[in-house]
Amino acid sequence: MRRFVLGLPLAWLLLFLVAPLVIVLAISLVPAVDGQPPFASPLDPRNWTADSYRVLVGDDLYAAAFFNAARIAATATLICLVIGYPMAYAIARAGEQTRLLLLMLVILPFWTSFLVRVYAWMVLLRPTGLINEALIGLGLISEPLPLIANEFAVHLGIVYSYLPFMVLPLYAALERLDSGLVEAAYDLGARPFRAFLSVTLPLSRPGIIAGSLLVFIPACGEFVIPDLLGGPDSPMIGKVLWTEFFSNRDWPAASAVAIALLAVLVAPMVAFQTLERRGAP
Amino acid sequence: MTGRRSPLLLTWLGLGYAFLYLPVLLLIVFSFNGSRLVTVWAGFSTRWYVELLNNERIIEAAGLSVAVAAASATLATILGGLGGLALGRIKGFRIRPVAAALLGFLFAAPLVLPEVITGLSLLLLFVSLDNIIGWPGERGFTTIVIAHTTFSLAYVAVVVQARVRLLDPALEEAAHDLGAPPARAFFNVTLPLLAPALAAGWLLAFTLSLDDLVIASFTAGPGATTLPMVVFASVRLGLSPQVNALATLFVIAAGLCVTLAVVLIARTNRTAKI
Repeated sequence: MRRFVLGLPLAWLLLFLVAPLVIVLAISLVPAVDGQPPFASPLDPRNWTADSYRVLVGDDLYAAAFFNAARIAATATLICLVIGYPMAYAIARAGEQTRLLLLMLVILPFWTSFLVRVYAWMVLLRPTGLINEALIGLGLISEPLPLIANEFAVHLGIVYSYLPFMVLPLYAALERLDSGLVEAAYDLGARPFRAFLSVTLPLSRPGIIAGSLLVFIPACGEFVIPDLLGGPDSPMIGKVLWTEFFSNRDWPAASAVAIALLAVLVAPMVAFQTLERRGAP
Repeated sequence: MTGRRSPLLLTWLGLGYAFLYLPVLLLIVFSFNGSRLVTVWAGFSTRWYVELLNNERIIEAAGLSVAVAAASATLATILGGLGGLALGRIKGFRIRPVAAALLGFLFAAPLVLPEVITGLSLLLLFVSLDNIIGWPGERGFTTIVIAHTTFSLAYVAVVVQARVRLLDPALEEAAHDLGAPPARAFFNVTLPLLAPALAAGWLLAFTLSLDDLVIASFTAGPGATTLPMVVFASVRLGLSPQVNALATLFVIAAGLCVTLAVVLIARTNRTAKI
């Protein structure tokens, strides 16, 4: 019985999560060919080559896309933290009934179609979008502002889409926090800001780290947001992978990008998992 | 912790919610716009919904999406439910801490793995399998269901695991003491107690599958198109009021599923405390 309970989902994950990643690694090590499938057989050792990785390291485009993805994801994570912390703090301080409702209101958009939410910002930000039309209508500007197809829009899209990922772990950390500790700081004469800095903030650190990783890791590989809201000036690596695969049909190159991205993200993923395990009762 | 509420904090909270909700609310309002121009208001109209229902491509894609979502949610609930049960009682399995940590990592990986990696890796698996054993052949319903099951079973496992940790082991032990064989104790005692968590997990998996664009794009063959793929293709061509209407229906469907799931989870956790 026990073997079956764990064995069945484990077998599924080994077959459809681990094995596919091994295949990605194998295909990243063979050359692309014209044909079906468009790569040389990785079963034949004579085909093995590191060419895809050589291109990856040699071509500045890839390095720039990796760097852009990490930079944009990190900035967006920071903005999420700045917006999300006070929100989580306010929710954690609300009464028990209100708290559930407020929490629900954060969870709801997180589950409401990702694509629709990105699309909603396209409607708002376009040169003939609602924001520009409204500003022109009010006479504040005469030419539409360039709100879309740039890094600003990508940051906005990531913050908007991933904010709930930040608020939930922050809330979980702040809700557990014993308010008696803050009271003690007050009794010892600390001003509210000081009490926050030396008591609340350090005690909510697990929530800060978990939330940041939950935003940063998927944002790094994001494709939809840079594709729909971003411009050509700062490609992100997720979009490069997509283009290599769907437009250039270079499957080994796409695989090499995936392996490199995975290598970069493994450390934060392990950190996240360790944190979750420590937090579990 | 509860405590003093500062007006500044409440204003910030209000602005945060406005940021989360206003764009989607505007989208819903403009889906009832009579004008062909997405951003010019020309009176209330439901014409885009009528056009939507007459669009065969969209209806067909919606059918595929719902079928995929239902099948993958069911599979994910079975597999994720078993996984959650095992992870919640991992101490009873007497395995090494390293193995337990590795298992936890394996079950949590689909939650954070970038979608482009999940999608690409599964496609390459399907292509390789097809070359070696001649299965799955033409990619479509089956391959998308497998892909969606793989990432949503992790979400189900999280929900079920949390519930299993709150279960009182004495209940199942009582069933054993009363002479119930393990299977009987499981089906008569444990399963009913887990039912709300499983239902919530199913709804979440259903929503995730319905919404997925990236993984479906990789794993679908040329003949299969899901609803998000249609939406994405038309959005790339330009905005259309029909997409606003479709998006509104999406928001309503997802909203209902999630509200139900959250109510189920909240109720289970409340009864668990008693």
